[in-house]
Amino acid sequence: MITARKLLGALALATAATLTAACGASGTGTQGAQATDVKLRMTVWTSNADQLKLLDTIGAAYRADHPEVTSITFESLPFADYNTTLTTQIAGGNAPDLAWMGDLSKDLIASDALVGLTDKLKSTEGWQYDDLVESATKEYSRDGTLYAYPFSNSPFALYVNTDVLAKAGQKIDPKTLTWDQVAAAGAAVHAKTGKAGFVIRDFDYKSWNTLATVWTGFGGAAWSPDGKTCTFNSPEMQRAFTFLHDAAFKTGAMPGPGTKADFFAGDAAFTIAQVSRASLLTGSFKFGLHPLPAGPAGRHTVLGQAGVGVLAASKHQQQATDFLAYLTNPENAAKLAQFFPPPRKSLLTGEKLAQNNKKLSAAQLQEVVVDQLPNAVTLPNHTSPAEIAQKGKTALDALWKADADIPAVLNSVCAAIQPILAK
Amino acid sequence: MRYWTTRRRDVLTGYLFIAPQLAGVVLFVLIPVGLAIWYSLNKWNVFTGKQVFVGADHYAALASDPQLPNVLLATVAFSGGVVVLNISLGLLIAVLLNRRFRGATFFRTVFFSPVVVSVVAWTLVWGFLLQDNGGINGLLGAVGVDGPNWLQHGDTAMVSVVVSQVVRSVGVNMVLFLAALQGVPSELYEAARMDGASSRAMFARITLPLISPTVLLTAIITVVGALQSFAQIAVLTGGGPELSTTVLVYYVYQQAFEFNDIGYGSTLALMLLSFVMVLTLLQWQLRRKWVFHEQ
Repeated sequence: MITARKLLGALALATAATLTAACGASGTGTQGAQATDVKLRMTVWTSNADQLKLLDTIGAAYRADHPEVTSITFESLPFADYNTTLTTQIAGGNAPDLAWMGDLSKDLIASDALVGLTDKLKSTEGWQYDDLVESATKEYSRDGTLYAYPFSNSPFALYVNTDVLAKAGQKIDPKTLTWDQVAAAGAAVHAKTGKAGFVIRDFDYKSWNTLATVWTGFGGAAWSPDGKTCTFNSPEMQRAFTFLHDAAFKTGAMPGPGTKADFFAGDAAFTIAQVSRASLLTGSFKFGLHPLPAGPAGRHTVLGQAGVGVLAASKHQQQATDFLAYLTNPENAAKLAQFFPPPRKSLLTGEKLAQNNKKLSAAQLQEVVVDQLPNAVTLPNHTSPAEIAQKGKTALDALWKADADIPAVLNSVCAAIQPILAK
Repeated sequence: MRYWTTRRRDVLTGYLFIAPQLAGVVLFVLIPVGLAIWYSLNKWNVFTGKQVFVGADHYAALASDPQLPNVLLATVAFSGGVVVLNISLGLLIAVLLNRRFRGATFFRTVFFSPVVVSVVAWTLVWGFLLQDNGGINGLLGAVGVDGPNWLQHGDTAMVSVVVSQVVRSVGVNMVLFLAALQGVPSELYEAARMDGASSRAMFARITLPLISPTVLLTAIITVVGALQSFAQIAVLTGGGPELSTTVLVYYVYQQAFEFNDIGYGSTLALMLLSFVMVLTLLQWQLRRKWVFHEQ
């Protein structure tokens, strides 16, 4: 009997000791600096081998100085399903520690699902918080706190296939170029060569938010600055959409719905795309790269952004935030700049950006990136982005017909999205 | 008295045999359905994991959802089109290929082969064929016909998704019907022929009654399959233009996973489940009226 009791006692003690040791040793659920065996996971939407290799290299360098972090995994998710996959992971209790983010950022920030970064970044020695460009941090900030580091700030620009333009006998002056001139030259190219005029890349009559690259030049906006009121039906937007409708259905300057034309394969005279898309140029034709054309409201710059933040659901917030500070310090930001236009003033010169860019010259990068960033506006971004995008698209579908009633359709867009904006 | 009687042993053996299947049903059917019912009663913030009990609010929202009537209409149009075409064409092709002629095996393979192709790959190819400057309009143009912009207009978009779905899946019904046709005793046809019956009469009086159990089976699986068709819509039209091809299962996905409204999405999913159950039960009950059983 005594032996049995001793045996049970020893078992209980051993179990307790094992559990205590396990809790102390495991990184899971711990926050303190004493945590060990911390495994960090960051979701990204790139599958580019060079970009992933750079991230792995930075991760390995960080781990060399932080033995408690036993692994940093960069999980590549397909771009088309990125938001859905990320939110499903969060909802399923399998949230990553860090995540790239685009238009999901507003929802994440509004839901307090991201860790505030400002204090950590400001207190990290040598990080140089004041080096950040204000226009780049605006989308990822709330009440003076930065929730995601805007590592990629790629302005939209006008790519020109100068070979196709010459073949159609068209000339443009990039210094004074307007949307009307682009449409006229595009229509002439289409009529004379059969190739497309101007293509708004990734729009495909679905992703209407990319049309901000056009309507901003007309003085339009999808909603008011506070995000509460739909302005799709404003006179400026009516003018912008009339321009687009004419280009698609009257002049043929823009390929109509259901017609594919890839500028980078040589199928079009112009395309509006981010500067980062220059990697698609194969050298099969001569090209020019210029800031977006002027509209009735003057010249404008529109920016496509990506940020990286730490999720509040992370089991290792402290270590994840520390790694983010390392990933984005001036030295690593310079390395990331070879792929992504950085948000740091010190790195924003045409010459520095051109050092690792094989497609674009220092002068081109200075003109279309550096000079454009300070006054750039971002693509429309709001909470519930998918619902706004879908309901807006459903209403806007009626516009892409030859006999569309443009003011009525734009009113219907507002009727569809206003309840979501007002939430 | 012995506890392990032969009867008890047989009962236990029976339970052990069905245990794996039963575990699968519990894990992958009953628990998810139970969770869906629970989620439909809650408002779930997926970013923070917070759930708030809202009772029947999501069920009340069904009545005031302005998009739902269009979605249900599209669901009826898509499912109706797929079911009618799939069963009638499947039967027609099976009857034609049930005859002995050179190349019959080749044609059976041709009609069945799309079934084994990945649905996404299949739909992507159809997307290219159906675009304004795509292959189908190219062929129509060659014979002087100006084809429509298939995926950009509501009616033609629905026709496009139905046809692409039917062409891909008609092979399954064809194979089932072929198997059933080959089970019809040839002496019945010989006797009917001697009595002077026409081909149409033989088909209506002999073939159809004898293959009616297979017709019931194909009707059930085609209705359920049509109501669950997702990839064709997601890849080919994304539910558009406007809401013309947004069927219920795609709407469930949009609400739950794109708009992150798991509660309302679950409510819609339960509505879809109830439709499937009602239609299946209805067909099962109606079988007494038209399915032929030898006994």
